[in-house]
Amino acid sequence: MSKSAKLIINAIGRAVPTEVNGKPVIPFKGVGKHKPEGKKFGPRISSCADFPEDGNKLIPSLKEALVKSGLKDGMTISTHHHFRNGDLIAVQIFDIAASLGVKNLIWFPSASFECHAPLTKYLEDGTIHHIEGSMNGQLGRFTSEGKMKGVGVLRSHGGRYQAIQDGEVEIDIAVIAAPSADFFGNANGVDGPAACGLLGFALADSQYADKVIVVTDNLVPFPCVPWQIQGNYVDYVVKVDQVGIPSKIVSGTTEVTKSPDRLLLAEMTAKFCEQAGIIKDGFSFQAGAGGTSLSIGIYFAELLKAKGMKARFARGGSNKYLVNMLNEGLVDYILDGQTFDLEGVKSMRENSHHVNTSPFTSYNYHGKGNFASMLDVVILGATEVDVNFNANVVTHSDGVLLHGIGGWQNCLFAKCTILPVPLFRDRIPVIRDEVTTICGPGELIDVIVTERGIAINPLRKDLIEKVKDSGLPIKTIQELKAEAEKICGIPAKQKFEKEIVAVVKWVDGTVLDVVHKISS
Amino acid sequence: MAATTAFAGNKGEKDRSDCFISLELATSGGINLSLKSKVKSLYGESIVALCKDILKFFGVEHAIISIEDKGALPFVIAARLEAALKKVIRTEKEYLPAMLTESQNTTEKERHRFTRLYLPGNTPSLMINAGIHKPNAVILDLEDAVAVDKKNEARFLVRNALRALDFMGAERMVRINQLPAGLNDLDYIIPHHVNVVLVPKCESAHQIHEVNNQILAIQTRLNVKTSVWLMPIIESALGVMHAFEIAKAANNVVAVAIGLEDYTVDLGVQRTAPGTESLFARSMVVNACKAAGIQPIDSVFSDVGDMDALKENVLQSKALGFEGMGCIHPRQINVIHENFAPNAEEIDKAKKILHAFDEATKKGLGVVSLGTKMIDAPVVKRAQRTIDLAVSMGKLSKKWKEDYKSEEQI
Repeated sequence: MSKSAKLIINAIGRAVPTEVNGKPVIPFKGVGKHKPEGKKFGPRISSCADFPEDGNKLIPSLKEALVKSGLKDGMTISTHHHFRNGDLIAVQIFDIAASLGVKNLIWFPSASFECHAPLTKYLEDGTIHHIEGSMNGQLGRFTSEGKMKGVGVLRSHGGRYQAIQDGEVEIDIAVIAAPSADFFGNANGVDGPAACGLLGFALADSQYADKVIVVTDNLVPFPCVPWQIQGNYVDYVVKVDQVGIPSKIVSGTTEVTKSPDRLLLAEMTAKFCEQAGIIKDGFSFQAGAGGTSLSIGIYFAELLKAKGMKARFARGGSNKYLVNMLNEGLVDYILDGQTFDLEGVKSMRENSHHVNTSPFTSYNYHGKGNFASMLDVVILGATEVDVNFNANVVTHSDGVLLHGIGGWQNCLFAKCTILPVPLFRDRIPVIRDEVTTICGPGELIDVIVTERGIAINPLRKDLIEKVKDSGLPIKTIQELKAEAEKICGIPAKQKFEKEIVAVVKWVDGTVLDVVHKISS
Repeated sequence: MAATTAFAGNKGEKDRSDCFISLELATSGGINLSLKSKVKSLYGESIVALCKDILKFFGVEHAIISIEDKGALPFVIAARLEAALKKVIRTEKEYLPAMLTESQNTTEKERHRFTRLYLPGNTPSLMINAGIHKPNAVILDLEDAVAVDKKNEARFLVRNALRALDFMGAERMVRINQLPAGLNDLDYIIPHHVNVVLVPKCESAHQIHEVNNQILAIQTRLNVKTSVWLMPIIESALGVMHAFEIAKAANNVVAVAIGLEDYTVDLGVQRTAPGTESLFARSMVVNACKAAGIQPIDSVFSDVGDMDALKENVLQSKALGFEGMGCIHPRQINVIHENFAPNAEEIDKAKKILHAFDEATKKGLGVVSLGTKMIDAPVVKRAQRTIDLAVSMGKLSKKWKEDYKSEEQI
């Protein structure tokens, strides 16, 4: 399979291929421009006649379940990432595949973590052909060095749902690790030793995959309720000793930052929101899981308390800080995509105002609306931003692929998108002439908050007007860039090989940008 | 025989924005430079060019140099290389980074010194963003915050930071080492626009004269004359007993600070939260300073996690008459500013007094009164100070008098 297909310049000025891993793809046409016609993907019709009437779909082992599912060369195998760095199942799948001599699989996770680094050996020996999802840490470096056989495909959480729903990715076997399940395949994330809150990232997999295997270490008698994953979609159920490591399921990023510089960033961001009139009774917000974002949530809580106001809803990833806001009546609802700590899990289990969501409800761009675009403000991170407000979240300035997109792209549709970023990290300026990889078009990014000044997208004249007398250090993005370069020096232009190692999909399935092999 | 190998800088697991340079002089083979850097793809070439320029400047033609860089800014790399080089070559030359215009200001004797943020003199990562937290002053510390074997290289780093780092309006202070060693530190800071020199463990007016003599000698030699203020730190029983003599030892003494960690050790007592053991010393310093017409500055508060206790401490400090405190963490700055600043009640009272004074002056009255109370000149002066402070700290509009009148009409 050729890695260097014909390139054309897309609507954001990046040279992208028209074919990826042998399949045609559509270059990015502009925000809201690509509207495919036709029907959604339809999975095969099942018949109850082929399933046990007593509902018992238990199979003795994952290996047998995979064999019964018809595991063979070239298949697409999906997993979810609700267990984050504590996932014990994804690697096992490929251990089994390798032991069976199966080749050229496509791994289609909703995200990858460091615990998946052992998969590099299967990328090397040909068990896995390429990854569509995210390539974090070691997998990212492996990909960037051009060692993956196929081209990686990076999608947002909403883009993953869209790709499955639209039939761009046909999942042959979905393996859904579940903290709690019954023999029929009903499953949830709130109970059991590996409780992770919810299983929303596996929803599309259950609905659209050809074969669905639920794997659990907490098999409960029918019915397993709540059933975010419905057994009526499930082919086989496997009981194992352990699906995940609880301490690693709870992500390490949920502590509030102690860094004074980051706290300052958080404070400035909260002040900006206050001055811009975003914080008002009944507003809605989403802040990410990083330490800075968490602190912003805390400042929001303080402001709401001081003003005697409350938010109508907050979008998770939830954590104890957001749960506290819910319990203190500072927010009416948490609409949650993933829970980052045990307090989040507990709250989702016990509080009916802490509601599980999925990429379908929150993010899917090919639906009849989604929650992300209804948010008043979203606070996100970025590795780089350019003078046109385009931003990067997947590669670092040295060109290496290190992160996935997550829900980042989907969240850009909020009414106000703010990226609090340091002006430079060590010596690396964050604001560049051009970002290494475009993950989000600048027209959707409204405000860049740095510790040395705040830049507002010139398209947002309303915001500029609102904060003009606020005393906040409002600067142009060019001024911020010049300030960083005065301190750090002007960075050399990054050199890359021609070879494309991954593509970045936009929320509508078109190709926004590519990641090149790093220069050796 | 002189050593031919040397090193400088830090490369610990947690060190950032720093580099470690090892250097070996050679007799042939030219410059052999190896660079390991996390920013190599962006700045590798410029780092190599900078190092070669420095070597050329010092006339070094043959050397083996290895740099382990963790995103050090150019002024840091230059300081590290010069420090290493000067361990193996003898030279009077100095490789100075360009002086920022922002680094050339002089400061007013009377400016506020509520907060002064301590920055360890050999830790670049803590210096770089110090200004964004808006302390009244930063202290580049050559004394207690620098390990004995790092004292020398810290001088180059502090010198370069004074020139090349923008502290965003904070007064630039350096704490030199205890005398007599501290006198040698002055060569590295006096020519580079330091605003205030902190003289630690000060016990006599004589020590202040020694520092001033050395400063004068350096300034005469370089033919520069910028004002350099002094802030002695009293940290012993003897120092406390000599507080007034120290406070008025010279015209350029702008403040006296007290250092309670060393003071309580000298007294042989524990430092406690209520601070009864240091009440005398603190009152002595306050009185000495007020008598000499300069600012008394309180000790640092060392529990950086406890903002409530810090607030209590600040209020107590203000009540004793102190006009500032040291900070050892940027998060302390706002709490200290907020609580040294005049509160709403104080501002309100000051407004009334000044208004009454204005009215009386307008009417040509010799005596000012507020209600049934007579107002003396010092009361007016204090009210004016409170108002000036409130305005300068953004707690009161500059046009408060106009607002005050319209408020009255309502």
